Amino acid sequence: MAAGFKTAEPLEYHMSFLKENCRPDGRELSEFRTTTLNIGSISTADGSALVKLGSTTVICGIKAELANPTVEAPGKGYIVPNVDLPPLCSSRFRPGPPGEQAQASSQFIADVIESSEIIKPEDLCIDRGKLCWVLYCDIMCLDYDGNILDACIIALLAALKNTRLPKVTVNKATCKPEIDLKERHELPVHKHPVGTSFCIFQDSILIVDPTADEESLSTSRLSVVTDEEERLCSLHKPGGTSLSAEKLQTCINRATARQREIQKLIEKVLNSVKAAQ
Amino acid sequence: MEVSAPSNVSLREFGCEQSLLSRPDGSASFVQGDTSVMAGVYGPAEVKVSKEIYDRATLEVLVQPKVGLPSVRERSQEQCVRETCEEALLLTLHPRSSLTLVLQVLHDDGSLLSCCLNAACMALMDAGLPMSCLFCGVTCAISAYGQIITDPTSAQEKESRALMTFAIDSKERKVMMSSTKGSFSVHELQQCVAVSQRASERIFQFYRDSVRRRYSKSL
Repeated sequence: MAAGFKTAEPLEYHMSFLKENCRPDGRELSEFRTTTLNIGSISTADGSALVKLGSTTVICGIKAELANPTVEAPGKGYIVPNVDLPPLCSSRFRPGPPGEQAQASSQFIADVIESSEIIKPEDLCIDRGKLCWVLYCDIMCLDYDGNILDACIIALLAALKNTRLPKVTVNKATCKPEIDLKERHELPVHKHPVGTSFCIFQDSILIVDPTADEESLSTSRLSVVTDEEERLCSLHKPGGTSLSAEKLQTCINRATARQREIQKLIEKVLNSVKAAQ
Repeated sequence: MEVSAPSNVSLREFGCEQSLLSRPDGSASFVQGDTSVMAGVYGPAEVKVSKEIYDRATLEVLVQPKVGLPSVRERSQEQCVRETCEEALLLTLHPRSSLTLVLQVLHDDGSLLSCCLNAACMALMDAGLPMSCLFCGVTCAISAYGQIITDPTSAQEKESRALMTFAIDSKERKVMMSSTKGSFSVHELQQCVAVSQRASERIFQFYRDSVRRRYSKSL
């Protein structure tokens, strides 16, 4: 009976739960799904992490390459994030060039990296004007069940914390870089931005960490990214129902609480990875 | 750092011309200082079967940059403009049809996204599409000294430490869309929202004046 109701009247089905301040999967309105984190999942990458938010699964691999710095910024390296939503993760994505959602997500991640200064581009410079690191951050969704942006930011942050770059020296005589793969050092991660996404139902009900069904039925989406100093790095609301300043404040408060939870989780997992080595 | 909100909101001079193109069903060009965007709306027209939505019209937004092909940045702007327009338009009145909004950037001198939103709203009005409310875009920059600058130029945008663009609706002056760059405190955000809401009054008044002027001529 319930299954039929859900298929025939999906919005009514969700609303009947939301009226009672709970959600079809048993969560409260401001409750996240269980967040699982695995760091260092890909041994061939320079840094990697796998994040699960309920059944949403995202994996991030970081590949460091040597390159020439751009002429405009000779003392800076660069970071190239890319979010991939392959047809594997959901039936809503088709094979071929990346769709609008994948491109918008990539842009969002790039904006978060730039705004939060998670990594200072100056730290990636090896030899001013001659040699720098490029970090290719490839984020791939394996299972799409909503709230991809939050999962992507956690995966990216954890993978960057896990990244070990080899030592590079420039040989004065030949002007060629020499890489010492045995001696690796950690990447200085300055900030810990964490995202919290919300959905708005029927112009008034705010829910956190939406599933794919909830996302498609909602009238608006909102993502707040905060760092450990409670500064906002991004407030991304691509449109939809309008929101008052007070409601915005509630979202920000929830986001700062979430930031602390996730930062603790990442520290815990990193420590356990270190202990295992 | 304390941010000082200006007591009176300063916006660059804006201008608008509607129905300037003959082929689209609605068109407008919007100028904010040196930033200029032209918008054209086609529809309601026939929709491709793959994009058909059974209970409402499909809105497609295309942002064309001044030079080169649209890239990932334009895609993200398209998403922002589309979802804002979708909320304002009463799309359920035209089920199984398509609406296309094309935004051509003519010159970018800062506050581009807000200019796109304003041009889009004027073009939708010109096309005579049913809407539940109007919207306008306002960009705020927080300078290195903590001053809030509304409607910044490119040079001011580059020097700022944070940049926010909001879409404000005409009904309750609430935030429909928000897109930010740089980091800022909660207090700064709230101040920028308040400043944008005040600035939106001026823009809506301009909308009204410009439409009134236009129809006083044609009647």
